[in-house]
Amino acid sequence: MTDRPHLAVIGAGPAGLAATVTAAAHGVRVTLLDSAVQAGGQFYRQPAAELHAGRPQALHHQWRTWERLRDALARHVAAGRATYLTDHHVWFVERRLNQQPGTADRGGPRGAFTVHALLGPEQEAPVEVTADAVLLATGGYEKVLPFPGWTLPGVLTAGGAQAMLKGTLAVSGRTAVVAGTGPLLLPVATGLAAAGVEVAALVESADPRAFLRRTRALAAQPGKVAEGAQYAAQLLRHRVKLLTRHTVVEAHGDERLEAVTVAALDTDGRVRPGTERRIACDTLAVGHGMLPHTDLAETLGCRLDGLHVQVDDEQRTDVPGIWAAGETTGIGGAALSLAEGHIAGRSAAARLTGAEPDPRTWATAAKSRTGLREFFAALDTVYAPPARWTDLVTDDTVVCRCEEVTGGAIREAVARLGAGDVRTVKLLTRAAMGWCQGRMCGPAVAGLAGCELTPSRRPFARPVPLGVLAHAGEAEDDEHQ
Amino acid sequence: MSKRLTCDVVVVGAGVVGAACAFYAARAGLDVVVVDRGPVSGGTTGAGEGNLLVSDKEPGPELDLALLSGRLWAQLAEEIGEFVEYEAKGGLVVASTPGGLTALGRFAEDQRAAGVVAEPVDGDSLYDLEPHLAPGLPGGVYYPQDCQVMPALAAAHLLRVSGARLLTGRTVTDVLLKRDGTVDGVRTSLGDILAPTVINAAGTWGGELAALAGVALPVLPRRGFVLVTEPLPRLVRHKVYAADYVADVASDSAALQTSPVVEGTAAGPVLIGASRERVGFDRTFSLPVVRALAAGATKLFPFLSDVRAMRSYLGFRPYLPDHLPAIGPDPRVPGLVHACGHEGAGIGLATGTGHLIAQLLGGKTPDLDPAPFRPDRFPDFPDEEGA
Ligand SMILES: Cc1cc2nc3c(=O)[nH]c(=O)nc-3n(C[C@H](O)[C@H](O)[C@H](O)COP(=O)(O)OP(=O)(O)OC[C@H]3O[C@@H](n4cnc5c(N)ncnc54)[C@H](O)[C@@H]3O)c2cc1C
Ligand SMILES: Cc1cc2nc3c(=O)[nH]c(=O)nc-3n(C[C@H](O)[C@H](O)[C@H](O)COP(=O)(O)OP(=O)(O)OC[C@H]3O[C@@H](n4cnc5c(N)ncnc54)[C@H](O)[C@@H]3O)c2cc1C
Repeated sequence: MTDRPHLAVIGAGPAGLAATVTAAAHGVRVTLLDSAVQAGGQFYRQPAAELHAGRPQALHHQWRTWERLRDALARHVAAGRATYLTDHHVWFVERRLNQQPGTADRGGPRGAFTVHALLGPEQEAPVEVTADAVLLATGGYEKVLPFPGWTLPGVLTAGGAQAMLKGTLAVSGRTAVVAGTGPLLLPVATGLAAAGVEVAALVESADPRAFLRRTRALAAQPGKVAEGAQYAAQLLRHRVKLLTRHTVVEAHGDERLEAVTVAALDTDGRVRPGTERRIACDTLAVGHGMLPHTDLAETLGCRLDGLHVQVDDEQRTDVPGIWAAGETTGIGGAALSLAEGHIAGRSAAARLTGAEPDPRTWATAAKSRTGLREFFAALDTVYAPPARWTDLVTDDTVVCRCEEVTGGAIREAVARLGAGDVRTVKLLTRAAMGWCQGRMCGPAVAGLAGCELTPSRRPFARPVPLGVLAHAGEAEDDEHQ
Repeated sequence: MSKRLTCDVVVVGAGVVGAACAFYAARAGLDVVVVDRGPVSGGTTGAGEGNLLVSDKEPGPELDLALLSGRLWAQLAEEIGEFVEYEAKGGLVVASTPGGLTALGRFAEDQRAAGVVAEPVDGDSLYDLEPHLAPGLPGGVYYPQDCQVMPALAAAHLLRVSGARLLTGRTVTDVLLKRDGTVDGVRTSLGDILAPTVINAAGTWGGELAALAGVALPVLPRRGFVLVTEPLPRLVRHKVYAADYVADVASDSAALQTSPVVEGTAAGPVLIGASRERVGFDRTFSLPVVRALAAGATKLFPFLSDVRAMRSYLGFRPYLPDHLPAIGPDPRVPGLVHACGHEGAGIGLATGTGHLIAQLLGGKTPDLDPAPFRPDRFPDFPDEEGA
């Protein structure tokens, strides 16, 4: 197998898995790397094996798709066509410019890239994988917006609640409120309810009825309509109260969450005075949608389009030899990630083996990609945080948890010190300088500073020990000089 | 929004140099407006480290300016020190070989003659000053006058207390001249600002601003990367660097130089900086460069091997061919005053620069002879793009 061209795929979610099995089936050797201990990404996030969940499939739909991908991956691994590296945290992808320039449309020269990863939960030992081409399938992360009380124990992100459900299964006997905006709130609310949690309310700041008016995008996606109807039925069955055009204004509690105050929003996105009411709960799952992970792509010099990696019809970035698929190229759900991963795998396999890719071989995936992108673009126009969410952030609300920077400090940096963008707010307040490097507070800082969220440059996708950095890529450099 | 403003002095650039110019000019009683196309500290000031060094400078005009600036920073610290994280922590230059120590000793002797406090440190005392240094180093020199500030905060708070008016988000698109060729103000993307004096504190873009006034000033970028670690307790107490650094700073070469300065900060992270190379305005991340920084730092402080780099950033130092800044009135365009081209020392030299310019504007005798910094000292410098 070693004479096959070598593709490194980063991320084993729906996109990375689809790309891996497709490319491995078409003449390419694939190394799939993921930081998680099990494959699946956000969507197929697995209950830890030792829990022996009786029917994990009860938590998932599209379980069969997952089984098919998992089995195909196992076959390719057994046959030596694919290597699957779990618990590998990629901190940097190096473009080795000292290589002889090769045939760019074949994905670049042989061994053009080195993927630098850190191994294990401690992320200490270095691993380097040299590949002819790289596919970025790093998915997305949740957009978090602060409000008074959001740092109390018991307040989770929507994804955190989902992971809690799928990962540990131990949630029953609680009372939860699910809040924020976007279609992800539905599976979270129904999932919690199905696991025995009392869901006191689903608080959605948008008015999803507006979405129903967009009949074109909907008509093209009968599956999605059915999915939505299913969720609606489940909400009804579990008697989950749906509050649209409402928002959580504050979370209360001494040591941990005890209640939330919710209120109605007017058409300008302001809280309507007098509509506040308190709901007792011990869990609050808040979600405002997802943002693409673009660190690795940005550092490689791939062009971004707004907040996501820009790709062509074949899922190629503008850097020769780098493909991208799934939510790193735009948020659009698991089915879209699968379609994009499939196309990327096909394209990379063809180009790496010296063939001209034939779009007819991925026509079905391309059709579903077009429809889903349209569908999610329509969703995006409807689901949004309250236009005036920053009004809710009081001066003493902590915005950056890592560095404990408050809303007041950020406002002062803008109003009195002349900060004007996320970078200068960061320099003048230390917001976004801590462990998460602004992945958590970036959107909030941008909102409070009154500027657009732009992708920040994070040369290291993970913190890297200086001892590892001091020798990174050294061996190959000697080899090739 | 395009109403006309009138004032005594327009400062172009809200970096640390522009902020210091505004501060001293306003304190001298002038009505000052500061304009920047971006936010405060959005240029190289936000990408630099805050070393206020005398230790790396050989005797000459730059060292004189550094000594003056150091005294002014100490005075300022009484007013805004805690806001700008001012620390008089001292610098420690270490030699790696006995031969290197001898050379460093000679360098320090010359500096002492020029007014620098430079105390020889033997092999044992080295570890009293910095217990975590790599073992077996022969010695070094301690420079108590080396200090530190947080550059972005320094610029912001200098502006805040200056009394100058600050206009961010306005690009200067032209320097307005009267019929007789003297300065009349600037044109910005949001209207004209009229003033008899315009200070060019546009840093690495100072050449472009000079060109708007019709004069040449060959400011070019010299790229630098800095590594930032996770927050740590104070394990590195001073600014510590290897003696090779001085040669790097003074070097004229375009090639990469990476002997690092290692220092702890008030906020906890250790800063490791900075590389020097001339590659134009290229923002591409370079693994070989940061690898060399990491290697240099872990060689000085082995414990850093297990410490994580959180991020790395880069900036473009503004340099002039003879590595001295341009400070003072431009005889070619009366009313145009330059304060740019401070290369890797602009944070440190900002106070002295602002002070000298305020003295010159006020017709006072400057504390230092400004002749070596004359902005028209590069006659017919060939146009050179991002060498
Ligand atoms: C709470 C929640 C509920 C959802 N419900 C639904 C639903 O009902 N229907 C639906 O269609 N979609 C749903 N989604 C969305 C769905 O999970 C995503 O669309 C899908 O998982 C995206 O697939 P992906 O392959 O692009 O990325 P991901 O699934 O995010 O996978 C990316 C993978 O890359 C890995 N990775 C990232 N960076 C690195 C690195 N530097 N080094 C190593 N590995 C790395 C991650 O560990 C991860 O495994 C939900 C998402 C959430 C958060
Ligand atoms: C990696 C690195 C490390 C460094 N470490 C140190 C150190 O430890 N100690 C030290 O003393 N120095 C250090 N320096 C150097 C120092 O950062 C610079 O010398 C200093 O910041 C220059 O400040 P400035 O105000 O001249 O320029 P800048 O901070 O760049 O300010 C110039 C401003 O002018 C504005 N501008 C430009 N053109 C226009 C226009 N047409 N209209 C409106 N506005 C305009 C820009 O937006 C910018 O904000 C370092 C530099 C780097 C890159």
